[in-house]
Amino acid sequence: MSHSTDKRYRYIYKPALFLACLVPLAWVVAGVANAMAATNLPVPGLGADPVRRMLGIFGHSALNLLLITLCVSPLRALTGNAQLLRLRRMLGVFACSYALLHFLVYVGPFQGFDGHAIAADLVKRPYITLGFAALLMLLALAVTSTNGWMRRLGRRWQRLHRLIYVVTALGVWHYWWQVKKDIREPLLYAGLAAVLLGWRWWRQRRTTQQRGTTSSSALPTVPERT
Amino acid sequence: MRDLKLPAVRPSEITAERYFHMRRGLLASGLGLATASLLPAPGRAASAAPNVAPGPAALRYTPNPRYAVTDRSNSYEEITGYNNFYEFGLDKSDPAANAGSLRTRPWSLTIAGEAEVTGTFHLEDILKPHPLEERIYRHRCVEGWSMVIPWVGFPLADLLARFRPNSRAKYVEFTTLLDPRQMPGQQRAVLDWPYVEGLRIDEAMNPLALMVVGVYGRELPNQNGAPLRVHLPWKYGFKSGKSIVRIRFTERQPLTSWPAASPGEYGFYANVNPMVDHPRWSQATERRIGAGLFAPRRPTELFNGYAEQVAGLYRGLDLRRSY
Repeated sequence: MSHSTDKRYRYIYKPALFLACLVPLAWVVAGVANAMAATNLPVPGLGADPVRRMLGIFGHSALNLLLITLCVSPLRALTGNAQLLRLRRMLGVFACSYALLHFLVYVGPFQGFDGHAIAADLVKRPYITLGFAALLMLLALAVTSTNGWMRRLGRRWQRLHRLIYVVTALGVWHYWWQVKKDIREPLLYAGLAAVLLGWRWWRQRRTTQQRGTTSSSALPTVPERT
Repeated sequence: MRDLKLPAVRPSEITAERYFHMRRGLLASGLGLATASLLPAPGRAASAAPNVAPGPAALRYTPNPRYAVTDRSNSYEEITGYNNFYEFGLDKSDPAANAGSLRTRPWSLTIAGEAEVTGTFHLEDILKPHPLEERIYRHRCVEGWSMVIPWVGFPLADLLARFRPNSRAKYVEFTTLLDPRQMPGQQRAVLDWPYVEGLRIDEAMNPLALMVVGVYGRELPNQNGAPLRVHLPWKYGFKSGKSIVRIRFTERQPLTSWPAASPGEYGFYANVNPMVDHPRWSQATERRIGAGLFAPRRPTELFNGYAEQVAGLYRGLDLRRSY
């Protein structure tokens, strides 16, 4: 890669993406400040039930970032720009951070740190079980997202990080299951996730077929994680 | 009935409207300081709730001290800005934003079914003979949140008795207005419109059942179910039909909207009961709107704390099966 591309990513694209990913958090922080310290920061209010709104903002942000993370590989294939991969780790780590914030709002403000109620939810409410399982997987992916772990795990790293497909599916399911009546939004998320995961399946299948028919082709033996 | 004050509550314990207006900015924002009524809210008190004109008309009423609670009432902004009224959208802020399209005058109410007097009546004639009173009621939503609301209204029983229901009138059905132009939420089949609710006749005749026409001493804003709604504080909020156009006395139990839409999750009775969970969440505790970000959840009480008044209605009924 050229030196200037490297600089652009380091000093422009990555910091800009970092700031963009912070927007939902900044919204919540400003909203809480407005509510509790009577500041007057210009953000949409968190409404009469700020706890539920915070759960929603963090949960949606986690889902949005998961889907955006899954867009990186198709975009690379579409544009041929492999540099895009350099943004993927940050997107994934932010997705995990928002999922964790979503969980912490649930544990603290929503359930009031009531261990019994939380344990009962985890056991009795399937959508909470699903969400929690997704969070644990996502945490494992965030922890092993460093260069050191990539080196240490080698080829197994890719296989481990395919868990993001499972995490996304569970995340959408978790959302769908708790909606009272209006499934438009979960349906939209499910549709986008299906397209993004379906594209991978289709590509994988095509690659396998091509390999089967043209044995002497120069395709890589380990298909890159897509 | 832990915090129902009997026989009397001093008028000084009820939030005067001028204090409520001063503090609503703070309260709406979740800062539940007991001293909030003494503090002006800098820069926030001026923000009015959407679509609540500077003043819905003031009503003449007398406070009924039998129905007061020690809990602080929720602010006008909370009560009129956080609503489940799917006829105007599914988000809690949608009704306040969209209910302006509802025309509440003229309004008529049809009385039908098993009664001696039936027909369609002007709202004014319906309301005329009933002196209005204020009752401060706890309101518990099936979703797990609650409020305290100073309603203005009159006993539902007084209204129903005027039509002299006959001996076949075992149930009462309440139907909300059906008009997708005035109620844009009805343009989508979220529920099988119009919204229908119902009660056993003895539940409807219980003195606790209130026909509501106002809140905080003023006419009901559209998003709260103007011009006429019921409130049944011992039941989950969805039992309390809003913007009612028809009351029908029936011999058979009416098929009501939520059990029709999701029979495994919502029952006909829908009595507040901490022992009977919703399939997807616990009903053991609730979050009081406006209590603050780190306020603990409150234990939910059987019949929302009104067991003394209504438990007798359900003697012999298995509350786990008839939820």
